[in-house]
Amino acid sequence: MPERIPLADMKNGEMGKIVEVLGGGGVQNRLRALRIMPGVEIKRVSGTFSHGPVVLQIGNSQTALGFGVCYKVIVEADR
Amino acid sequence: MKKILLMGNPNVGKSAVFSRLTGVRVMASNYPGTTVGFTQGFMKVAGERMCLVDVPGIYGLETTSKAEEIAVEMLNEGDVVINVVDATNIERSLHLTLHLLEQNVPVIVALNIWDDARHKGIKIDVPKMEELLGVPVVPTVAVSGEGLKELVSRIPEAANPSVKQRAEEERWTEVGRIASEVQSLHHRHHTILEALGDASVKPFTGLALAVLVMFASFQIVRFVGETLIAHLFEPLFNNLWLPVIMKLSAILGPGSFLHTIVIGGLIDGKVDFVQSFGLLTTGLFVPVAMVLPYVFAFYLVLGFLEDFGYLPRLAVLLDTMMHHMGLHGWAVIPSLLGLGCNVPGIMATRVLESRRERFIAATIISIGVPCAALQAMIWGLLGERGGKYVLIVYLSLFIVWITLGLVLNIVLKGLSPTLIMEVPPYRFPSFLVLFKKLWMRMHEFLKEALPIVLLGVAAINILYFFRIFDFIADLAAPVMTRVFGLPKEAVIALAIGFLRKDVAIGMLGTLGLTAKQLTVAVTALAMFFPCIATFIVLFKELGVRDTLKSIGIMLLTTLLVGGTLNAIL
Repeated sequence: MPERIPLADMKNGEMGKIVEVLGGGGVQNRLRALRIMPGVEIKRVSGTFSHGPVVLQIGNSQTALGFGVCYKVIVEADR
Repeated sequence: MKKILLMGNPNVGKSAVFSRLTGVRVMASNYPGTTVGFTQGFMKVAGERMCLVDVPGIYGLETTSKAEEIAVEMLNEGDVVINVVDATNIERSLHLTLHLLEQNVPVIVALNIWDDARHKGIKIDVPKMEELLGVPVVPTVAVSGEGLKELVSRIPEAANPSVKQRAEEERWTEVGRIASEVQSLHHRHHTILEALGDASVKPFTGLALAVLVMFASFQIVRFVGETLIAHLFEPLFNNLWLPVIMKLSAILGPGSFLHTIVIGGLIDGKVDFVQSFGLLTTGLFVPVAMVLPYVFAFYLVLGFLEDFGYLPRLAVLLDTMMHHMGLHGWAVIPSLLGLGCNVPGIMATRVLESRRERFIAATIISIGVPCAALQAMIWGLLGERGGKYVLIVYLSLFIVWITLGLVLNIVLKGLSPTLIMEVPPYRFPSFLVLFKKLWMRMHEFLKEALPIVLLGVAAINILYFFRIFDFIADLAAPVMTRVFGLPKEAVIALAIGFLRKDVAIGMLGTLGLTAKQLTVAVTALAMFFPCIATFIVLFKELGVRDTLKSIGIMLLTTLLVGGTLNAIL
């Protein structure tokens, strides 16, 4: 059963599909440039200590996102 | 003359294509944001000379950083665009391609990193892609040169299929459609490099690897630098150059004006390459035999880390710490570059999003990050007195670097933006490419440093000979002796530090300081006024007001730290 959760709450190694990106136009634009937008399949690779950035895999490439932004990316996780 | 623009996402190999096509050497690395300005070169297309421009990487034609603004402005001047696309990542790259096709300019696509795509089991139907895009598509491997001949020969075919303007959403849908039609993926296992890449950003393994990488880098730089000095440069100077100099010394006659300038003073009747301080003795010995070996060793290691793709991973690991300094993780890259030379370090801050970030990053680099030339001299002169003193200098500078960041983050209004950064895959660098880059940096160093070192040595000797420095030294005596506990002559070294810091430390070596005094002086010199090259670039990047602010902070910190060291050591 898929669950809607922010990227920040995903576990390392979990996969899912982005369903919504919150936040202002500026952030949304920058994220979209890296193909972080609704409809895209992702896998969370890692997160670091004490609210460090999260690294996620999209297709063949990886992107690091600061923890603040990770609450703005809403994912339907495969659980 | 026709202008061809090389455009594409960050880190797809534009600079590598550029170097190959024009023969002009430009920096290329494996992290986004290597190119911040633009470089031009010339090439022949069908017998006609054309100008090729290496444009900074962009994700789209909307702008979010200074580098992107430059790129979009350039688009208006281009006659043809070579759109470099990452074959391993066409879903992302094609967005810019489609955006470019909507503009009124002919486009040809270079499908770069083709070799990696093959290894990763990605198959791309090139004829189909040409048909769907309506422009020529040529697979290339820029680092090896594969496919570039064909790319050049097909530049005249560059086309603009006059696509109507699309909305952002539509463009992405179109990208998805094209990608699914031309690309087929074959399943394959995780490679060792990929596993290592993932381990480098995971908390425990990542930190362990970071410590290992830093420690190994430091050891390799020291080992290579020391070996080169002890087994190559010192023997060369002592066995070949010294006899020549001794003969010249006898001809000129010790004590004469010319002798003072060219050879310097004799120590116990002999030429001493470190202390004599003449143009042909210390003036050559410092840059060539003391500094160059370390510059070589440093860039050897840095070049490997850059091309392998390690730096962005370090940025991810240190992001949290950098946030406390008002920066995000990527800002650690300019500081690392600054350890080679502050100039490229400060230039790299251009990629940072806000003015506040650029100010903090540039200021902490120019005060707290010692360049390779300075470090080589610290090891050369202070290392002899004991590793403890070298450690004190490094520790002090590191504390200054962090503390300044923390304080500026509190004092300056504004927030530190979040890290949003592509993490490129690890790649084994080509040795030829590494060697070329190292050669370019060596060349740059000798070209920039040698004349200024010689100028500095000459200036010191002339001013000494006519006793002009005595006057300056007397003026600065109170600060020098009371705050720093140094002899008044040390002010001359600080003044000369404005030209080049390696010469300045060389000058300190002639004053007969105690180990403690040398430690204080070296630390103060490292932090105090940037050398002229750094000063110019600081001025260009920050403007008058912020440069003055930055220098004010610099003077204050130097007094504070120098005074403290003098008091507690």
